[in-house]
Amino acid sequence: MANQVCFKFKQHNQAESWTLAAYQALGGYKVIKKILNEKIAPETLIAELKTSALRGRGGAGFSTGLKWSFMLPRDEAARERMKGVQKYIVCNSDEGEPGTCKDRDILRYNPHALIEGMMIAGYTIGASKGYNYIRGEFWQPYQRFETAIAEAYKAGLLGENILNTGFDFDLYTHLGAGAYICGEETALLESIEGKKGQPRFKPPFPASYGLYGQPTTINNTETLSSVPSILANSGEWFLNLGKPNNGGEKLFSVSGHVERPANYEIPMGTPFADLLNMAGGVWQGRKLKAVIPGGSSTPVLKAEIAMKMNMDYDSIAAAGSMLGAGSVIIMDDSTDMVKTLARLAHFYYDESCGQCTPCREGTGWLTRILHRILHGEGRPEDLELLDNVSNQIMGNTICALGDAAAMPVISFIKNFREEFQYYIEHGRSMVG
Amino acid sequence: MTHKTSSLISDESKADIDRWLQKYPADKKQSAVMAALRIVQDQNGGWLTPALIEAVAAYLDMEPIAVYEVASFYSMYEHKPVGKHHIKVCTNISCLLRGSDAVMAHLEKQLGIKKGQVTEDGLFSIKEVECLGACVNAPMMQIGRDYHEDLSPEKIDEILARLK
Repeated sequence: MANQVCFKFKQHNQAESWTLAAYQALGGYKVIKKILNEKIAPETLIAELKTSALRGRGGAGFSTGLKWSFMLPRDEAARERMKGVQKYIVCNSDEGEPGTCKDRDILRYNPHALIEGMMIAGYTIGASKGYNYIRGEFWQPYQRFETAIAEAYKAGLLGENILNTGFDFDLYTHLGAGAYICGEETALLESIEGKKGQPRFKPPFPASYGLYGQPTTINNTETLSSVPSILANSGEWFLNLGKPNNGGEKLFSVSGHVERPANYEIPMGTPFADLLNMAGGVWQGRKLKAVIPGGSSTPVLKAEIAMKMNMDYDSIAAAGSMLGAGSVIIMDDSTDMVKTLARLAHFYYDESCGQCTPCREGTGWLTRILHRILHGEGRPEDLELLDNVSNQIMGNTICALGDAAAMPVISFIKNFREEFQYYIEHGRSMVG
Repeated sequence: MTHKTSSLISDESKADIDRWLQKYPADKKQSAVMAALRIVQDQNGGWLTPALIEAVAAYLDMEPIAVYEVASFYSMYEHKPVGKHHIKVCTNISCLLRGSDAVMAHLEKQLGIKKGQVTEDGLFSIKEVECLGACVNAPMMQIGRDYHEDLSPEKIDEILARLK
């Protein structure tokens, strides 16, 4: 089975899957209508999501139901206190982790599922306003999403007193302007507020102090777009698509050295070997060398380890990496691991927001050391130095970008140490 | 002063900025600064000048330094002239694995410039950028607002020919 959640509406034979008509023809907006008409309790919806084991698709893998529950008042006194308080639901479409390009397809082919998902989230957490933060480079996806919003307003699905149920919900797009760090949820909020995207200290968490200082929930595009399908069927249905603690199907962006790079929506727990097959196998008849299973910041795995893992949070963690955003980067046996890592290190150096010293300075160190190794000027002590710098970044920064920069370095050197050593000793690659 | 700097922003750009202002609470005009900078950058042929940055500050009632901070933080704001067709080449991992080095080399050869430069006729400029989120269609580049994916030398030549 495949294409049952976010890609349900993106069948390749279906023209203009992004229109309201196409979405409604497949049952779109039925869930929010039912919720609004029957005034289903937010607690009931959250319980269903918890049953589904939907976990954050942006990379952190946090339980969506649990995250939403933080927005509900704990008791009557809190309910009274929160009356009239503006809350926000924010969608993170700032897709920028190298290897990740799934949210772009949701915005392009299934924008109404995201709108419905945001409406359901807004209703559940008590937010009458939502923002979708789309990265600035995604002009076409932004236009698709804006068009979908306009269609929804015209159909009375957004705005005031929606379908005469007393529910108000306004939805807006915010466009980024080129900054990977804005994918970090508090940097994203700073960015909507018109500032540099520098992550905030936590606590306070966004549920208590979010956008404009108001209670806010931030979810990834794929997470929110999965919600209508889950509630249209049931939490149990979604859970059973995948496996315990790893509910559902998920989008995997398979890129790099495969015959058919693409986004594949497949059940959680699918063997990696099957996914590789779907993508046509390693290209040009070459051999698999390494796999980054979850996007550039997740540890790289050797082929023999990857071939034994399944594509779910727990199995990939057991293999020594992370599912992340489901961005599977395939490398064949001609790949120069030193050059590849140097490119990644440069990325984090470029994208560090500069706020925390270990990350700001450390990413520069990593880049410069790898650069000199790559250019034949490596020193015998460099591998130890890279390890040392990485370990001083890990855990010592406000946000996860520091860890994201360090993990590839540590894992590349651990798994392919001989290639780095060869470069240092001979001034050139041992591959090809 | 405010009136003068603000007049650098065209009426059309102001109308566009005003549309963005409607998305945010009335007392949160600063939220529109990213859109405003993009709009005046487009109006100015793809790059920002200090005068334009200050005009945005005046228009949104912001301190100029707060606008400079934003304009210098985000990579899509340019601070020196770019070509009419600003070519952004992704060289991050998925593109690297599928030949972005060759894409860059081919563009540099065909246009006779290096990355970071503008052609003499002002038609093209090349910029190396980080991941643009089209990894399953690597290698790729963005020209203006459009993505061009699954690139080959032939495809690049066709695209350039169309733009010349």
